Amino acid sequence: MSNNTPSPRTGHFVAPLEDTPLVAIDAVKVDEKPSNLWIDAWRDARRRPIFWISGLLIVLIIVVALVPSLFATVNPFTEKCQLSLSNGDPTAGHPLGFTKQGCDVYSRIIFGTSTSVSVGFIVIVLTTVLGLLFGAFAGFYGGWIDAALSRVGDIFFSIPYILAAVVIMSVLSQYRSIWTISLAIGLFAWPSTARVLRAEILRVKQSDYITASEALGVSKIKILLRHVLPNSIAPVIAITTISLAAAIVAEATLSFLGVGLGGSIMSWGNDINQAQRDIRVHPQTLIWPSLALSITVFSFILMGEVVRDALDPKARALR
Amino acid sequence: MAGYIFRRVLQAIPVFFGTTFLIYFMVFAMPGDPIVALFGDKTPNPAVIEQLRQQYHLDQPFIVQYILYIGGIFRGDFGTSFSGEPVTQILARTFPVTIRLAVLALVFQSVAGIAVGLVSGLRKGKLFDSSALVVSLILISLPIFVIAYVAQYVFGVQLGWARTTVGSGAPLQDLILPAIVLASVSFAQIVRLTRSSVIETSGLDFVRTAYSKGLSRKRIVPVHILRNSLIPVVTYLATDFGVLLVGATVTEGIFNVPGVGNTLYQAIIRGEGPTVVSFVTVMVLLYLVVNLVVDLLYGLLDPRIRLVK
Repeated sequence: MSNNTPSPRTGHFVAPLEDTPLVAIDAVKVDEKPSNLWIDAWRDARRRPIFWISGLLIVLIIVVALVPSLFATVNPFTEKCQLSLSNGDPTAGHPLGFTKQGCDVYSRIIFGTSTSVSVGFIVIVLTTVLGLLFGAFAGFYGGWIDAALSRVGDIFFSIPYILAAVVIMSVLSQYRSIWTISLAIGLFAWPSTARVLRAEILRVKQSDYITASEALGVSKIKILLRHVLPNSIAPVIAITTISLAAAIVAEATLSFLGVGLGGSIMSWGNDINQAQRDIRVHPQTLIWPSLALSITVFSFILMGEVVRDALDPKARALR
Repeated sequence: MAGYIFRRVLQAIPVFFGTTFLIYFMVFAMPGDPIVALFGDKTPNPAVIEQLRQQYHLDQPFIVQYILYIGGIFRGDFGTSFSGEPVTQILARTFPVTIRLAVLALVFQSVAGIAVGLVSGLRKGKLFDSSALVVSLILISLPIFVIAYVAQYVFGVQLGWARTTVGSGAPLQDLILPAIVLASVSFAQIVRLTRSSVIETSGLDFVRTAYSKGLSRKRIVPVHILRNSLIPVVTYLATDFGVLLVGATVTEGIFNVPGVGNTLYQAIIRGEGPTVVSFVTVMVLLYLVVNLVVDLLYGLLDPRIRLVK
């Protein structure tokens, strides 16, 4: 801590007038934009190299997810895999070699990107909607509504969400798609969002401007939407970026376990699952999809760090 | 204290019924035949289906099924596995192995995590701190099955330092590598938590007082700073038990550790739905009990917690 260093001056200290140009302090710059949390956050984030690194990586990942054909050398949906190339070494046009079925590893990874990214985004939409509803009503209305909603949250929170997803996906074994797996993950992942929001709303509710709005006779729902929610959303955004990474890991884990997506869907988890049997002889077919998965998760985790630090002045001090 | 225990146990009751109901509901209230759905594309023996129907009382209305199922749990009956062995019998055999693995992992992650976190926090912004931050972010980004396979390949296959699969009886030296893999997931979180907690504590008045009293750093760091920084870390270890359970499932599966997690893992990859449901229920109940016990211990250790309504 820098303020631990004792001041060289002791006793009462009165600054000489010329040291404190009062004129400058009094002059209010009317046209200056008033600073708020979001502007401060942006100013803080853009100064950090990891913001730009993770941002670029995320943009690249999203572009790959949207137009995989720009990057892939072959289209794994139309191109037949050749068994004669099973576990083959890299050749021209196939930079990462071939899988056990003789498919191009690189193109499968490129086309698998959209699966991971889609699951990540669908899950955070689900967890944010459910988390906002439960967290906002519980925190804002309090009383028995809070008690009831919080108990429901506790129940969902008490089942580790990957285990819950394993059960759901086992039951839905005939309907395995990006949508069902996102539902299976999101259905049990929302309570952490709700808890964060509830705690923040309880804090914001104490503010003077809320009391002022109440005194002015503003309706409850309007106070919630206009004043409370916008001021308590920051920690939710920070946790959402990290949840996105967690959802991508969850999908890969479920696919790796064989209860995730069906074999016809390109997914890094599926590829890792297929490659695991040959790890001793052909570790490369396992390494590449794992690397793609880890880099994607890493990018979102890094971004989550930046967002959290930027939106939370307390976290900024820890840096 | 008695009031606190009573309140906390009372709170656990709706959660117990809620979680078991939720799991049961997810499986047996789905349209269609739940037993057939659980087997996916496999077609089980009609005799097995008939036996499972009886076991889960599928001829009764849903709510009666659930009550009978809960009654079974209270009598210690978690159903029968796919191979016909009672789940409780499998648990008796596999549980000690998982406990050994989990304790080993807990020791590794807390000792290493707290040590690295403490040094990081004391040297905020220095080289050690920034490298620890980068390493912990990378570790957080690696899914546990990737870490497990890389460890198995590098240390087991390439270097030959450890056995790639655990032998029967799960001797302790075979469990070291799986335990390190299992510990790596939470290690990073513990480092970060300890670090921020140490930084926060170091700035508090009582630490400044200790310094100004002329106490040595050797005494201040362990007694004043570390001890007071550990509270959030211990809390984290308890809530992290769920992560440990999921991690144990994957790690035990990959290293073939004969524990509870491996039983679940094998059931999942073989698509033996009913066994999956039984073991997930067992794990969720375990998670509830651990959280309850930790909360009660907290009330014992920290009076502030038991006084807060």
